[in-house]
Amino acid sequence: MTVPQLSHTEMAARVARDIPDGSYVNLGIGMPTLVGDVISAGKEIIFHSENGILGMGPAPAPGEVDWELINAGKSPVTLVPGGSYFHHTDSFMMMRGGHIDVTVLGAFQVSEQGDLANWATDDAHLPPAVGGAMDLAVGAKRVLVLMMHTTPDGRPKLLPECTYPLTAAQVVHRIYTELAVIDVGPAGFVVRDMVAGLSREDLQRRTGAPLTFADEVAVLVPAGG
Amino acid sequence: MIDKRVASLAEAVQGLADGSTVLVGGFGAAGVPVELVHAVLDQGARDLTIVTNNAGSGETDVAALIREGRVRKIICSYPRSMGSIWFEEFYRAGTIELELVPQGTLSERMRAAGAGLGGFFTPAGADSLLARGKEVRMIGGRRHVFEEPLGGDVALVKALRGDRWGNLVYNKAARNFGPTMATAATLTVVQVREFVELGDLDPESVVTPGIFVDRVVQVEEEA
Repeated sequence: MTVPQLSHTEMAARVARDIPDGSYVNLGIGMPTLVGDVISAGKEIIFHSENGILGMGPAPAPGEVDWELINAGKSPVTLVPGGSYFHHTDSFMMMRGGHIDVTVLGAFQVSEQGDLANWATDDAHLPPAVGGAMDLAVGAKRVLVLMMHTTPDGRPKLLPECTYPLTAAQVVHRIYTELAVIDVGPAGFVVRDMVAGLSREDLQRRTGAPLTFADEVAVLVPAGG
Repeated sequence: MIDKRVASLAEAVQGLADGSTVLVGGFGAAGVPVELVHAVLDQGARDLTIVTNNAGSGETDVAALIREGRVRKIICSYPRSMGSIWFEEFYRAGTIELELVPQGTLSERMRAAGAGLGGFFTPAGADSLLARGKEVRMIGGRRHVFEEPLGGDVALVKALRGDRWGNLVYNKAARNFGPTMATAATLTVVQVREFVELGDLDPESVVTPGIFVDRVVQVEEEA
């Protein structure tokens, strides 16, 4: 059965809607970087990059790449007017010290307590790597997770407990997937939005922990859906 | 007269002893002091502990040191990058030791060393495997893990401009770990693209004051 679902860009746009004007935002590597491309024109958002940039702008035009101006994913970026550079220790002060309003992170798993697992799996073949994930997860005022609802082979990523090593405990506020927007609160997972054409039972079947539903669940309509 | 400028890369890394801990600047390829690391390769020191964010990629800088079997241990936050083949090969063979440190903790541990502090408690990683064997304390209702200072025998840093007192400015996001590493080593060696005269750097804009710098060598930018 084909499940109706949002595209990655639509998922990113849904995240972007929740980022208030004037926010300082750090986007994790991978899918979260898409959020930077879909911020509505009426909002002034300042993007932070862990390697020492505030006011990070989009990718440069071809021929204007400067390899000493890159983002956390090591891709070339630009600086917007008013932007600044600083060293790593200051950059992580911003992250740990509660100065970043919102971070959007990818995840392998999120538990119903808001535990985040996004740095290591149980694949012993790969050397471990953590980067800035732990600092960001404990320090940002609001931690949003943007990820697919299940693994490629259909196993749930929203779980009662994470089975992969934790990045940080009890830090995730909200999860955005191709199927739903889900808050993490004292009552566990609470569904705020759901994609059109999916039943609550279908969503629950793809989720490893019990879902409750907000009084009014908004409908997400995929393009062409 | 103070003149920290040296004439050659060989002179810049002279005296590096086997078994040294070497702080190497850079994030991805930005700010990596490639020529200084290659000078270490030529200089011959072995059994090194390298502190750096990534574990090198391709066949240059830290990756080359690993390939040549000169690195005993690497302390970093993200060893697994595009093209980090030599690190991965040595890691799988069990011939290199890895100490994985969250990126902010890596930087702050070096800051602590440079600032004369005995370490700090951080919430980053306190709930993770990386806190194993370390003191964990509740501070303000939150778990924090104790992290020790991390100093180096030598720091290798890349900057944009420097003067003979060792005052430095950097270029864009190539600054990254440089200013912190410069404070945290017994001997701080910097490669700059350009030497300038005393007074040419705007004192309001100096990023690393020369007190933290011991040697400066000019490496002109590749075309």
